[in-house]
Amino acid sequence: MADFEPTIIAFVCNWCTYTAADLAGTARLGYPANVRLIRVMCTGMVDPKYVIKALLEGADAVLISGCHPGDCHYINGNFKARRRIKLLKEILSRFGFGEERLRLTWIGASDGIQFAETIHEMVTQIKTLGPSEAKATMII
Amino acid sequence: MKTAKINVKDGDLLTALRDFFQSILQLEDISAILVPQHLNNKNVVMPTLVTEPKHLNGTDPLAPVFPLNAAKIVSRLTRKPMGAKVAVVLRPCEIRAFVELVKLKQGRIEEVVVVGIDCIGAFRNGDYHQIAGQEGEFTSRFYKNVLSGKKGAPEGFDLAPACKACENPVPNGADILIGLFGVDTDNQLLIQARTATGEALYENLDLSDTQEPPERLAAVESLVAERTAYRDKIFAETAEATNSLEKLNTYFAECVNCYNCRVACPVCYCKECVFVTDVFNHEPVQYLRWANRKGVIKMPTDTIFYHITRMAHMSMACVGCGQCTNACPNNIPVMEMFRTVSYRAQEAFGYEAGRSIEEEPPLSIFREDELTEVVGIGKVV
Repeated sequence: MADFEPTIIAFVCNWCTYTAADLAGTARLGYPANVRLIRVMCTGMVDPKYVIKALLEGADAVLISGCHPGDCHYINGNFKARRRIKLLKEILSRFGFGEERLRLTWIGASDGIQFAETIHEMVTQIKTLGPSEAKATMII
Repeated sequence: MKTAKINVKDGDLLTALRDFFQSILQLEDISAILVPQHLNNKNVVMPTLVTEPKHLNGTDPLAPVFPLNAAKIVSRLTRKPMGAKVAVVLRPCEIRAFVELVKLKQGRIEEVVVVGIDCIGAFRNGDYHQIAGQEGEFTSRFYKNVLSGKKGAPEGFDLAPACKACENPVPNGADILIGLFGVDTDNQLLIQARTATGEALYENLDLSDTQEPPERLAAVESLVAERTAYRDKIFAETAEATNSLEKLNTYFAECVNCYNCRVACPVCYCKECVFVTDVFNHEPVQYLRWANRKGVIKMPTDTIFYHITRMAHMSMACVGCGQCTNACPNNIPVMEMFRTVSYRAQEAFGYEAGRSIEEEPPLSIFREDELTEVVGIGKVV
């Protein structure tokens, strides 16, 4: 599985994690190109459908990342996201999606380094895990 | 808890229930009663909204058939103030679904008095019509058999799996409970006022107080134990049958995206489900693109996507009534799937759909200091 390059879909909040990704870029911190960033205004607007669709379409993992508790631009969107992700993990794990394929993190706007590290770590993890079953099984 | 008994003549529960409902309807502050009745001289039983006591002659809340979850009807009746009070006769799972709908702002309890009857279960719709056919008296033969501990169904038939797996046969959420289990139903029925609303109604009825028969507790416990065992067996089997994406695809192989399970579901309350909107009205060329990518796609598309999304939407509110299975044209055991997932998901939030009107639906609230284990990229397990 050495040549396996995972695809990770990351829903990142405009105010924190997207800014952190931007900072990582301007600071010339490298991170694997396996991640596809989708900028959303808040993790609280990440509809469970987005996550389910991404995973069923063959994403090897989904990352949702936003502001630290208390820092949400919309006050509590990240808390709502946390409950939703908890529910999604509950449901998806029944069908063989490992815990590792859906992650939620808080990465603040100034945490460029942490953003790069998180992506590194996640890519390493997914490489160890191997490709998602959905890629092979799902014909929609 | 106020408890009374009403007399039953010759084990004729339906007449006793009709008389009791008539006495409720005659109360000054009750304008109407919603009750399942026989219609059109067939063994079809449907909820009816009755304002005249003389139109209660077809009363049959014990018929072992469950054409729809009436929580949806009560939601329609109560979504705005009606200016009058209505008594509604519901099965326990209908009460629990209504409780969820009220919490989701799809109905109000202010103008209803919920009358719940110990539930002896129902057949699947198709089975019921086959068994009951045009025969009269089917209901009374059924409840007499079941309540005397015999099998209610002829050879080759059984109650719907949802009913066999139902650990809530007693309508705990009712204002007025009508008890059958552990009660000498040849001669009497148990009436209990379980809430303040129930007590207010109880006071106005001409009832004489009594004690709950001591056998009732044990009768209910043994029934619940039997149902729970069956339920857990279903959970284990379904979890095993769907624990990979490949197996899940096999499980839903016959699904034709008719969305009947959503239509029949009492807690799928969206006026317009996203799956029937333009979001899923894909451009024709899109199908070609998808097909090109893998060389093949299954049509209709989005089947598993629909089911998992629906689970994310309804699993906190699923009461396990089994109407989804009733509605499936291709006999996919969808109730088993949705119940298994919902039960575990509700457990994860310490929630139980329909248990209490006070408990808030888990996805409508949050606490700041919770679920820290969900956050972070952790380790590969």
